[in-house]
Order: sequence, then structure tokens, then C-alpha cells
Amino acid sequence: MTTNPVIELDNLSVRLSGREILRGLTGSLSGRTIGLLGPNGAGKSTMINTLLGFYPISGGTGRILGLDIRTQQREIRRQVGYMPENDSFIGQMNAVTQVRYMAELSGLPPEAALERAHEALYYVGLGEARYRKLNGYSLGMKQMAKLAQAVVHGPKLVILDEPTNGLDPSARQRMLRLIKEMRDSGSMHIVLCSHLLRDVEETCEEVVILKQGKIVHISNLEEERKLNKRFLELETYGIQNGFVDAAEKLGCECAALDNGRVKMILGDGVEIRDIYQLAADRDLQLRRLSHRRDTLEDIFLKAMRGEDTPEVKR
Amino acid sequence: MAVYKRTYKPYTGAMTPEWSRFLILPRFAWRTLFQTRFILIFYVICFFYPVGAAIAIYLNHNLSFLSQFSPKLASSNGLFEVGGRFFALYTSIQAAMAFILTSFVGPGLVSGDLSNNALPLYFCRPFSRTEYVVGKLSVIALLLAFITWVPGLLLFGIQGSLEGWKWVSANAWLAWGVFVTNFIWTLLISLLALAISAWVRWKVVAGGMLLVIFFLGSGLGQAINAILRTDAGYWIDLAADFGQICSDFYRIKDHTDVSTEEALTSLALMCALSVWLLWRKVRAYEVAR
Repeated sequence: MTTNPVIELDNLSVRLSGREILRGLTGSLSGRTIGLLGPNGAGKSTMINTLLGFYPISGGTGRILGLDIRTQQREIRRQVGYMPENDSFIGQMNAVTQVRYMAELSGLPPEAALERAHEALYYVGLGEARYRKLNGYSLGMKQMAKLAQAVVHGPKLVILDEPTNGLDPSARQRMLRLIKEMRDSGSMHIVLCSHLLRDVEETCEEVVILKQGKIVHISNLEEERKLNKRFLELETYGIQNGFVDAAEKLGCECAALDNGRVKMILGDGVEIRDIYQLAADRDLQLRRLSHRRDTLEDIFLKAMRGEDTPEVKR
Repeated sequence: MAVYKRTYKPYTGAMTPEWSRFLILPRFAWRTLFQTRFILIFYVICFFYPVGAAIAIYLNHNLSFLSQFSPKLASSNGLFEVGGRFFALYTSIQAAMAFILTSFVGPGLVSGDLSNNALPLYFCRPFSRTEYVVGKLSVIALLLAFITWVPGLLLFGIQGSLEGWKWVSANAWLAWGVFVTNFIWTLLISLLALAISAWVRWKVVAGGMLLVIFFLGSGLGQAINAILRTDAGYWIDLAADFGQICSDFYRIKDHTDVSTEEALTSLALMCALSVWLLWRKVRAYEVAR
């Protein structure tokens, strides 16, 4: 994982039509793929549009790849690719012409732009359909064409706004595979804005959760996954007879629940076989033992249930 | 073309200079425009009068050739005078052609991008709203330049080369007039067409709006002048204002009761209004109020 922050937000606020849409966003994100989550109307798209300079900032500031979003907008746009949420295309153009056009607007010379346009369209799987007009494309194809124009100029950061919207399962899988490929290529960072938790969970290393224009949670999914490896949920039958105390003596953190259920975080050096041994020593039946892990859904729901958080939970 | 690389690779090559990127818009737009046979044919027709005028100027200086058909011509000083009236007529004909061409080309320029949500694709790149407006403006303005002031100056050059340097120095004001009047006209109708295109998404209606602004504005302006016995109607009579500017620059009889300064101010205000309207619409996303 890179250490330089990709996005830094410093009390960023945005007010549109007299309404405060983003309220004092603060945080630093440095994952290779960053998921931007939140219910509808949470301010995800507004945040993206503000970072791209589409909306005026009413307070605070932010940095993308170390560049100030207030003063270095043009420099930022040189290094960023953007895939909008809605249908966006230039009427009457075929895919290769539009992607070439976009590459030229990003500064590529005409010959290089044409070559890159062909490559980008092949890359997203539209190679055979690249001479067809975009207004005749299916929804899935339009999404891929939008992805092609977002990456054609070789950006360092790609912002994808709801890339799997309206896609059928196979097209969705194809899109997620491409995002993972781009992530694993190591040549670019990705910000994925979505309300689909599975998409974010599958592709992102870091996640920001927005609620009512505020950041309510930032977490590093990779680190949480590592932590969750040692999180067990047990269902016992019989008299526990000091089982929990013995486990705590081994260095585990335990919480005894009703009906013989125990939640446990294994201590350093403690293995599952040690827990079996403790149970066997006490003639305690272990009816179920599972690695419990906080899914992104759990994290998201917790963040949504929480009161308006004054400081970001991290 | 053959594509060998099917994996993603960042681009590391040279970049084009930023100042020149607005010219990408006309290059792509013209390619699409001239795929329409009607536009192509009409654009060719727009050159008929300049070509005819060039032939006429040439023949005007080759009376020995014409005298083969009519011996009287050999003793005359020429068929016609190439002066203010000649170029005023040229400007009025080419201005009308430019207006018709604009009403076909202009309406789709911005409305297409707006209805297809294409503006975020432009503005997420190192490409500003100003560059977008200048780029779109140059789609029409350059197209019109090649049928208005560019051939006009060529006609002046042909006449000058046939008459000699003395004529050129004595009539340099004509070249200035050709450039200024045609430039003002092309700028005005280009900006109006773009502004209408940004606000009216239906092409046919947008094309009609351009006609309405000129013809209805002209009629309304004259009605105001007649009923209220004032000159205030000229502020909305753009055709009359332009006529006055032409009269002044080509040094022919005054066209209207309005002064050239007032006419120029009226057209400048209309251009400013068009830019303001355009500026309000040309943005990546509209904020819902």
C-alpha cells in the first residue's frame, strides 16, 4: 500500500443553492482503491464533483495526489480520469472517435490518441463494437465506453461513479474484474463511488462512509480483514465451568452471550486447537465454531445507525 | 488498425500544447458536419457569389476580351466600379448566406452535448469552460470566415493586384470595412446561435429561434419606432444596426436614423447577453434549485 495520501480532506464544505451538502469533511485516504459509500443523497457524487472542481467550495480545502483542489485544478485534471454516473456521450460519434476525441482533449497528439483509443476499447472488451455509434450501445456497453474514455490518457487516479449501475450480473462481473485488474496493475489509484456494498467490498482496500454530507466512518478494509481472522463465534452446550476464564487466561478477549454463545478474539500465539483443548478439558461440547468477521455491511450499518459523529471513527 | 496491446498501460508520450486544444472541437465538429450532404452542398453554394465576383473583377480589367462580344466596351473605363457599393453588396449577400448556414449548423452544437450529458466528459479534463465556448464558437466562426471576410479580402487583393498599389493604398479602408463588418456579423450570429443552442435543446426550434430573433426583432423594432416616434426600436433591430455599420464602413448613404456608435453598442450588448446565457448553461452539472 502506498503511504502518500491520494485524497486529503481538510474541513471541506460545499453549499449548493443555500443548502449545505458537504459538511466539514476531514480525512486522509491512501489506499490503491478507495470505496466511497453512503445511502442515496449522502453526498458521494457531490464530493466527487467537488474534487473535480465542478462545484464551488464553501469552506475548507482538499488535496488530490498532493495537489490543492482550490488552486491546482487544471493540474489535477491532467492526472485524473472520470467515469460519470449517468449516460454521457457525444451524439453521432462512434466509440473509437469519441474515445480518441477525449484523449486529444486530455492532451494526446492525434496519432497517439487514435492508437490509445483502440487499445482502451479493446481493453474494456469493446474491440469488436468500436466502430458502432454510442447512442446504439446497450447500457453495459455504454458503461464500458465510459470506462475506456476515463483511462485512455493514462491517469494516475480514476474516479468511477457507480460503474456497475444497471449492469446485468455478467457485465457487472466483467466491470469488477477490470477494476481489479487496473488496481493490480499498480499504475493507478481508483476511487469507486457506489451504494453497492459487495462491489466496494470486492474491489476496495479503503472505504469512506458518508451520511448526510458528513464522513461517519473511514476504515482500511485490508487491516480489518487481518484483524477479523482472529475473531471467533462459538456455540457451546453444557456447563461452561470456567471455560471463558481459562480462555482469557490464555490471552483471548471473550464475551459470554446467552444460550451458551461466546464471542472471542484469539490472543497472540493462541490457535483454535487450544480452544478445542480447553473445551475438552471441561467436557464442554462445541456445537459450532465459526470465524466471525465484520462484513462491510456490518460496518456500513453500524455507521448508519450511529448518531451524527463529531469525529471520524477510524 | 491492428491492436497488439490489450492490457492497460499508462501513457508516457508527448502532449500537445494547451493553448491549441480548443481547435480540437472544430476539427471533430466539421468532420461530422460535412458528412451531411445538404450542409456540404450549401457550403459550396456559399462560394458561388465570391467566385462570380472574382470573375467579374477579372473581366472588368480585361475589356479587350469582352470587346470581342460587344465592341463598345473597348472604349469604356470598365463595366462597374469596385468600391464601397460593390463590397456592401458582397457583404449583404454573404451575410445572408452565413445566416442561413448558421441556422442549420448552430443549433446542434451545444444542445447535443447538453442532452447527452457530455459536458462532464469535457470538463473533467484539462479543458476549461472558456476553452469549450471558444472551441464551439470557432466551429461556426471559422466556417463563416471562409465564406465572408476571407474571400472578401481575396477579392480586394485581386482588385488591388489588377489596379496596382496606388489603388490599394487609396482604398485600404475597404479592406478594413470588409474585415470588420463581416467579422462583427459572424461573431454576432455565431454567439446567438450558440446561446440559443444551449437553452433550446430541440434543433428545429433552435434554428427557428434564430430567425425569430432577427425577423421578429426587426419588425418589432420598426413598429416601436413608428408608433412611439422614437429610435429606441433600433436597439432590438439587429439587421438595421448591421446595415448602419455597413453603410458607415463602406462610406455609402446612411442606412438608418441610428448612429454607428449606437448600432455597435446594440450588437455588442447582444453579444454580451449571448455570452452570459451561454456561460450560465455551460457547466459540468447543473445545480438543482
